[in-house]
Amino acid sequence: MLDREEILETLRMLLEERLDIRTVTLGVSLKDCASGDIEETCSLIEEKLLRVASRLVSEAQALEEKYGIAIVNRRVAVTPLANVLAPSLRKLSEEEAREAAVRAAIALEHAAEKLGIDFIGGFSALVEKGFTSADEALISSIPEALSRTQRVCSSVNVATTRAGINMDAVLKMGGAVKRLSVLDYRACARLVTFANAPGDNPFMAGAFHGEGEGEAALNVGISGPGVVRAVVEKHSSASLGEVAEVIKRTAFKITRVGELIGRELSRRLGVSFGIVDLSLAPTPFPGDSVAGIIEAMGISRCGAPGSVAALALLVDAVKKGGTMATSYVGGLSGAFIPVSEDAGMAEAAKEGTITADKLLAMSSVCSVGLDMVVLPASTSASTVSGIIADEAAIGVMNNKTTGVRVILAGREGERVELGGLLGYAYVMPVSRHSCEAFVRRGGRIPSPIHGHRN
Amino acid sequence: MRKERAVVTVIGEDHPGIIAAVTGVCAELGINIEDLSQTVVQGLLTMTLIVDITGKDLRELQRRLERVAEEQRVRIIAQHEDIFRYMHRV
Repeated sequence: MLDREEILETLRMLLEERLDIRTVTLGVSLKDCASGDIEETCSLIEEKLLRVASRLVSEAQALEEKYGIAIVNRRVAVTPLANVLAPSLRKLSEEEAREAAVRAAIALEHAAEKLGIDFIGGFSALVEKGFTSADEALISSIPEALSRTQRVCSSVNVATTRAGINMDAVLKMGGAVKRLSVLDYRACARLVTFANAPGDNPFMAGAFHGEGEGEAALNVGISGPGVVRAVVEKHSSASLGEVAEVIKRTAFKITRVGELIGRELSRRLGVSFGIVDLSLAPTPFPGDSVAGIIEAMGISRCGAPGSVAALALLVDAVKKGGTMATSYVGGLSGAFIPVSEDAGMAEAAKEGTITADKLLAMSSVCSVGLDMVVLPASTSASTVSGIIADEAAIGVMNNKTTGVRVILAGREGERVELGGLLGYAYVMPVSRHSCEAFVRRGGRIPSPIHGHRN
Repeated sequence: MRKERAVVTVIGEDHPGIIAAVTGVCAELGINIEDLSQTVVQGLLTMTLIVDITGKDLRELQRRLERVAEEQRVRIIAQHEDIFRYMHRV
């Protein structure tokens, strides 16, 4: 029989501590949509997405009602589009190919709109070692593709521990962020540059349906910073070993809900269950903050000395608890520190306690990296490339995923509104010293010795 | 057929008629109550019922209880039991 205390604990997590399922993301292969003609490719893409993902929204809603838990986002991720578009772009000029890639982004937008989902990911290229001509066309089309759509998310993988860092791609991505910021800075929230990108990540903007994935798979992103913060606050005099233990137990419970929803939804949709991503994803709502967890551990403001250690403890405990709770762990699995989407982070940034440099240090122990950070509009493309290179180096050397999602807007210290769940951010200072000569050298930074484990 | 249960939780200011209203809905829908417990702390009622919904429509029970919640000015949540089972056990 169910335990009354456990029932009430579950309800407290759901009703007071904002426990929810952050996202259910259906990965769909578009490999069979590739054709020699761009118009045909686009219509095959739309037709397939509408067929495979048609019941995603309604079935997710049915599960929300059945279990009384909010599923905040329903999303779709597709095969990195550069690979799907390659045959269509083969005979086109550089300019025509770029326009064709924009046309494909609009096809994704149409499909997403008809499906009733807020984001579709996979306007992507995997270029850690080099570019195909389709990769180049897609990357050059990103600013226009994202500024002409509302739902399309783009990610580019520029580095892996096995291949090293493609600095030509890093240079291009700095330029893409700069141009997109000029066209529509809010759209930068839909563009992430990765090192070691996973092909089963359910979170946007970086979700895509990776190489080696099957026809379709459902991946789940859990939530729960509010729940973890509450339990850490309750143990205010516990040692850090005990704090790790209570976080582990809490992460287990949160992840079990993800497992339940993932299994049932994939069964209802007739697709395979991919993974549960063990990432704590914050929202701008009060208390639902990763910074809040760090502060509950005894750091007076996130970013102060001790923050990296506190974050490391948190991420490790979440993984240990979560791994016991699900059969398949994947995606980014750690903790997100998106500055604008986390009210605690945004406030720490306002006071200057959190800086881009501190975030860089924190990214060596958490999920992503420089995420939803607003830098001054005057920041040069080469400085963005330098930041991407630094993040990629942390990912490559530590054999982990890192990403950069920066927005160039406003002046240092100014408040920039990004809207909705994206929150707001204060513009962070950035180094005035140039790295232009470094990033313009191009070429590939070789993979580290520990990348070769065979 | 596997037995399916739902957990109904009622939270709100205690007053006469709440149990009658909630259990009345269960009776009308032919839903058996397997367990019922309640506490009242400083006038705040917390009641949990475990009910057998095998072959019944959980949505219909939820809709009917929404009306009761409005009439009785309390909060009522009806959820499939698996969310509680899954969360606390492997």
